[in-house]
Amino acid sequence: MREKLQEVFARHHGSRDALIPVLQEIQGVFGYLPPEAMDAAARFCRISPVEVYGVATFYAQFKFDPVGRNTIMVCQGTACHVMGGARILEEVMNQLKVQPSQTTEDGRFTLETVACIGACALAPAMFVNKDTHGRMKPEKIAEILNGAGN
Amino acid sequence: MNNDIISLTVNGKDFREKKIQGKKGQTVLEVFRDNGIPVPTLCHHPKMPPYGGCRLCIVEIENMRGLPPSCTTPATDGMVISTHTERLARVRKTVLELLVAYGDHNCLFCEMNGNCELQNLVYEHGVNTIRFKTDFVPRPKDESNPMIIRDQNKCVLCGRCVRACQNVQVNGVIDVAARGSNSFITTFNNTPLMDSNCVSCGECVQSCPVGALTEKKANGLGRAWETEKVRTTCTYCGVGCQQWLHVKDGRITKVTGVEDGAPNKGRLCVKGRFGYEFIYSEDRLKTPIIKENGGFREASWDEALDLVASKFKEIIAKHGPDAVAGTSSSRSINEDSYQMQKLFRTAFGTNNIDNCARVCHAPTVAGLAKSFGSGAMTNSFSDFAKAKMILVIGCNATEAHPVAGTYLKNAVANGAEMIVADPRRIELADLAALHVPLKVGSDIAFLNAIMNVLINENLYDKEYVASCTDGFEALKAKVMEYPPEKVADIVGVSAEMIRDVARRMASVKPALLVYTLGITEHTCGMNNVMSCANVQMLLGNVGFEGGGVNPIRGQNNVQGACDMGALPNLFPGYQRVDDPKAQEKFKAAWKVKSLPDKPGIMLPEMLEGCATGKIKAFYIFGENLANTEPDIKHVEHCLESAEFLVCQDNFPTETTRFADVIFPAAAWSEDNGTFASSERRVSRVRTVSKAPGIAKPNWWIFRELARRFGQVWESDSGKDLWDNEISVLSPPFAGIKYSRIEEDGLQWPCPTETHPGTPIMHKDGKFTCGRGQFQAIDWTPPAEVPDKEYPFVLCTGRRLYHYHTRTQTGRCEGLNVLLGEETVDMSPQDAKKLNIEHGEFVRVRSRRGEVKVKAKVTDKMQEGNVWMAFHFREGCANWLTNPVFDLVTKTAEYKACAVQVEKIV
Ligand code: SF4
Ligand code: SF4
Ligand code: SF4
Ligand code: FES
Ligand code: FES
Repeated sequence: MREKLQEVFARHHGSRDALIPVLQEIQGVFGYLPPEAMDAAARFCRISPVEVYGVATFYAQFKFDPVGRNTIMVCQGTACHVMGGARILEEVMNQLKVQPSQTTEDGRFTLETVACIGACALAPAMFVNKDTHGRMKPEKIAEILNGAGN
Repeated sequence: MNNDIISLTVNGKDFREKKIQGKKGQTVLEVFRDNGIPVPTLCHHPKMPPYGGCRLCIVEIENMRGLPPSCTTPATDGMVISTHTERLARVRKTVLELLVAYGDHNCLFCEMNGNCELQNLVYEHGVNTIRFKTDFVPRPKDESNPMIIRDQNKCVLCGRCVRACQNVQVNGVIDVAARGSNSFITTFNNTPLMDSNCVSCGECVQSCPVGALTEKKANGLGRAWETEKVRTTCTYCGVGCQQWLHVKDGRITKVTGVEDGAPNKGRLCVKGRFGYEFIYSEDRLKTPIIKENGGFREASWDEALDLVASKFKEIIAKHGPDAVAGTSSSRSINEDSYQMQKLFRTAFGTNNIDNCARVCHAPTVAGLAKSFGSGAMTNSFSDFAKAKMILVIGCNATEAHPVAGTYLKNAVANGAEMIVADPRRIELADLAALHVPLKVGSDIAFLNAIMNVLINENLYDKEYVASCTDGFEALKAKVMEYPPEKVADIVGVSAEMIRDVARRMASVKPALLVYTLGITEHTCGMNNVMSCANVQMLLGNVGFEGGGVNPIRGQNNVQGACDMGALPNLFPGYQRVDDPKAQEKFKAAWKVKSLPDKPGIMLPEMLEGCATGKIKAFYIFGENLANTEPDIKHVEHCLESAEFLVCQDNFPTETTRFADVIFPAAAWSEDNGTFASSERRVSRVRTVSKAPGIAKPNWWIFRELARRFGQVWESDSGKDLWDNEISVLSPPFAGIKYSRIEEDGLQWPCPTETHPGTPIMHKDGKFTCGRGQFQAIDWTPPAEVPDKEYPFVLCTGRRLYHYHTRTQTGRCEGLNVLLGEETVDMSPQDAKKLNIEHGEFVRVRSRRGEVKVKAKVTDKMQEGNVWMAFHFREGCANWLTNPVFDLVTKTAEYKACAVQVEKIV
């Protein structure tokens, strides 16, 4: 990790102004912001680690957990919402034991919510990686999750 | 001057036209506050940068759009402002309704009920229903820290805690995370507070306007309207922070900092804020105790006092007055130290009186007196934050003097450059422009080389040297023997780095030098001190704001114990015992025919004397010598050998085990008096409750003993002692009277009752002794250096969460949770070599003894060095330290001895 971070830092001047581009690049490398990397970024930009954390959590683009091997996206757009998208999300959260934007402990799944993925006709909809699953029912979830890659 | 004054019109429509004045550069709110115009605020705090977050302080300003917050709007001449219109009232009310809706504000269950700014605002603005439905989701409380409860459900996101932590104390532990209605206050990575880098200073708690941050130990003990506040001075380090003791039914419920008090401006550290309940410990000594047949039994005051008086009389009659000796307490009030030295000089007839400055800053007292004419810190703590260039040498302020440390950190935040010379990469080093990881005990070589560069490169202040100092030629000749190349090996850093330090120091004027025991606790301690003085005189930095030589004293009243003459060669107020004029003066004042005029012996000689028989009776007041002196085994042998040992204390200690008589004494907050802090500030200490049992004030005990020697002393309180004796007899304190220090203390010298005190000594280079005296000094290595058998240098000191030998901090809930045991700190390189894991037990051995402690492997240590403190009896560094002393001042070399570290297999 240290070398990869050094490569990122080498491209910037160590000051507060560099923080956001530095964080973006770190996320580019690791897929998320590991705590050690935020700590190193704090030193590099000469601010306290918690300030880095504060700034990073301000922007929705930054992730704080490693991304799972499968990404589940449950739509919460209007159409899906009307058709019971909230219950789908709840059930997925129950089964995976994670909140949206979190990754399961075994690193198999990352759960995300989205607002309309353009499959309103199939509402409520959910994506597993690139596969769309429409007309979702809570009972179908277990099978779909089981079918995802390890 | 008058150009700086601006005029504003406020509330002209509603009230009579009201013109008020302010200064250029002030915000509208500051002008309001100065003129007593009320406007509601919540996120604003006068000691923090403006935030503009809550929007309660909004106003209407003519020709300005919208409703600008007064706390962030600069005041300009001619502004026409309204503070209370219908529109403003409506917006403020909505803001408050939203705040209440996004939280769980049930005042019934809240510790802050009656003392909450939100509660007051809601009441004042007539909010009486919760109008909004929100998606507020409660968060669990964070009770991980033993001192602080965080209940985010009451948080109004004013950000005061964040600024308290980042801008005031500069700890950078908390910040605002996320945004909008999701935002919350977080630690790094949103861990519980206990797992963060929080140092439990409690500044955030003090600044929180609501019940989101509260003192855990105070919860349930009493609310604001039930408690009264008593102002006092902290009982721990020599910064002398001003505290409010919140008291209910004679018991302290919590402690907060006095917001506008000097020197701390509301700040406290974890010990000052949370280290108070030791006074209520069941272990307190409550009656006099006499040793009998190898055991202890309780006794009456008369019996115990009679016994001590008769024993001392007997010994003095048989062996002369110099067969008795005593050491005063640097933790007790001035009045007690004054009384003890008076007892020794008048009743016993000896100058064998000392105090624990002997183990810390005696080299400062003697060294700076020789260089400058006065042995005290030259400047004030408030100067630290104003300095532009700072050299910190041998001083771990953020742990040993935390509030002083905050001012140093403020200076860096304000743009100052800081150089930290320390063998360890201490917290300050992380903020420094340059960290010089010098070798333990190489200070003089380092400082001489700096002066070598300053002179050779013509960077020193020739005018100042010529007009304010003596001895330059001799100094020059000496430091010419120390070119950076030659000493680089001794110091352990490159010649280039030494040059860099010299050039940086010379680049800004004035530069401020801070040191503590890393300088003094060496066999060359006094020489180290005078070398610091040399550098600062050469640069022309003594006598100016933001400059000077600033030793921070270790204990709360070690400055005072010296001021009071608990020293073998000085009467109160630094008047020499061998000066005939002083002799006459004190004889007359104390109504005695004679006073001893030969300087007495010092603390290490007293201890040694107990073993050799030179000292027959030894009186220890408020010290735990069995843990604090180097080489515990030998010290205990000395204490054991004393023919007659008297201890006066708050608690049974490792030392009282050896006593023949133990006097139970009043503790901090059980007596009225004064402490003198490092910055020479004499501040009040006040009573909250009576001492337990029949324990008595210390000055009373000394007076009763004196009475048994036929002396009648009239003073019957701290105030009597100070106002009628101490200030009358000591020119530097003559102008300080209790009536003048009801609030902030005064800094001596303060010669008359109209004198404002002296924040900066030796003003403009006019030294107390006339001209500053350069001293040509050679470097000498520590007495014990590593060798094959003992390959490591052991350096010692203090840790943040404890104080002294834990007689006080060890009895305060939570401090033992924050730090429960001693460790030996070592570098990862050494740990690897010895195959030692972080946290594993190891054996540390010196020529004097050995201890078993856990290893703390940290990259803050340099290779070849290990580090320990003396707080815990088990694993106390003093089983190992070397009883060798500064030649003149007899301060021990706590900072360097040779040890070996072994894995336990
Ligand atoms: S207690 Fe001190 S260090 Fe800890 S979060 Fe509060 S202000 Fe920061
Ligand atoms: S915890 Fe207190 S001080 Fe901090 S933001 Fe919340 S209300 Fe303000
Ligand atoms: S810095 Fe020193 S004086 Fe201030 S609160 Fe802490 S221990 Fe007490
Ligand atoms: S709302 Fe769910 S796909 Fe459009
Ligand atoms: S006090 Fe001005 S915006 Fe909060």
